[in-house]
Amino acid sequence: MVTAVPSDDRPPSIAAIHAALEQVVDPEIPALSIRAIGILRDVRISDDGLTEVVITPTYSGCPAIDVITHEIKRVLAELCVTDVRVATSFNPPWTTDWIGDDAREIMKANGIAPPVGTVAAQEAFQVDFVSCPLCGSRQVELVSSFGSTSCKAQYRCRNCREPFAYFKNF
Amino acid sequence: MQVDPGIYSEYLLRLGDTNFVLGHRLSEWLGKAPTIEEELALINIGLDLIGQARAIYKHALSAGGDDRDEDQLVFLRDAHEYRNLLLVEKENGDFGYTIARQLAYSVYARLYWEALSTSKDLEVAGVAAKAAKEARYHVKHAGEWLVRLGDGTEESHARCQDGVDQVWMYTGEMFEMDAVAQSVLKAGLGVDAALLKGEWLSQMSAWLDRSTLTRPGDTWMVSGGRAGQHTEHLGRMLAEMQFLQRAYPGQKW
Repeated sequence: MVTAVPSDDRPPSIAAIHAALEQVVDPEIPALSIRAIGILRDVRISDDGLTEVVITPTYSGCPAIDVITHEIKRVLAELCVTDVRVATSFNPPWTTDWIGDDAREIMKANGIAPPVGTVAAQEAFQVDFVSCPLCGSRQVELVSSFGSTSCKAQYRCRNCREPFAYFKNF
Repeated sequence: MQVDPGIYSEYLLRLGDTNFVLGHRLSEWLGKAPTIEEELALINIGLDLIGQARAIYKHALSAGGDDRDEDQLVFLRDAHEYRNLLLVEKENGDFGYTIARQLAYSVYARLYWEALSTSKDLEVAGVAAKAAKEARYHVKHAGEWLVRLGDGTEESHARCQDGVDQVWMYTGEMFEMDAVAQSVLKAGLGVDAALLKGEWLSQMSAWLDRSTLTRPGDTWMVSGGRAGQHTEHLGRMLAEMQFLQRAYPGQKW
């Protein structure tokens, strides 16, 4: 992991801050950085030296936001950036459409079925074509629309018999 | 057109309080729901509602120039200072009642948040857009339970019908437009709740039909939550919820 310590007295660049923030993960899916899942929205350095990091929650009640805020401050402190403000913004609201293809593959590798299609398509057709993240089978059944967190549903695979979580379209 | 910040703050407080009280009521199902999957569902919906309430409370406090935080708002106000709809404060009753109440509110909330997502206050509009997406799943959850139980056994049908009948007299308050709601609407920051009634009624009727339940006839509608006039249920809920902060002020985890 990049922990670029500046060689002179100049403050770390935006690029160095972004690199450091790659270490901050979503505690509910630790394989994904907050950048990869779209929680990290913006990094700004103002003229008076304040570093502002803007994050957005994946769902309204997300209890991970406090942990993420703490982690951002911790990794930036390692870069000697201590004048930090972490702002939470709902505008624009987070959507599963921001989860990149790389992040979807990582979810699958971690036993979580990524959202299928786009939010607009799901709203139009009201059907989720979910496949098992472990064996790839389409022979799956919904156990409950709400799982370990509000953003996931619980499914069971009829082929390999494993239970798994499905990340719902939001 | 501008709105008085105090009035806008009062408006947001109503939205926050309604979501918060219902979220707390759902949390009371913890350890008592029919199955563990259903327990997770009710608690997660409650968490969504409380998360939405927190986000709205922040804006209510900043609009009103109030230096309290969300915890102080919920733990240190008495019942008459709460501005929630009466619909959400009643005790949970049986599962049939809880589901009937949840569907009535979720259908309304989805329409309301969708309308509020065009507010000129862009941060509040974002909170509303997010809440509308979450409410879509809440409608589906409550609606599918109502169909399964309403069109289920004689016992489950009777309980759901009883739940719907009990809930009905509290639904009129959702569509009231008083002076506060009117002035916020005129400033481009609110929702014309009266306009949502037709769509709410049509969606509720569709769910009730599928559930083989009868839509209650026109009845007297109770109101008063927005003026701080509550049922005795809210006082009992707060007495339990606020006990720790009242007995040990400022106590933290």
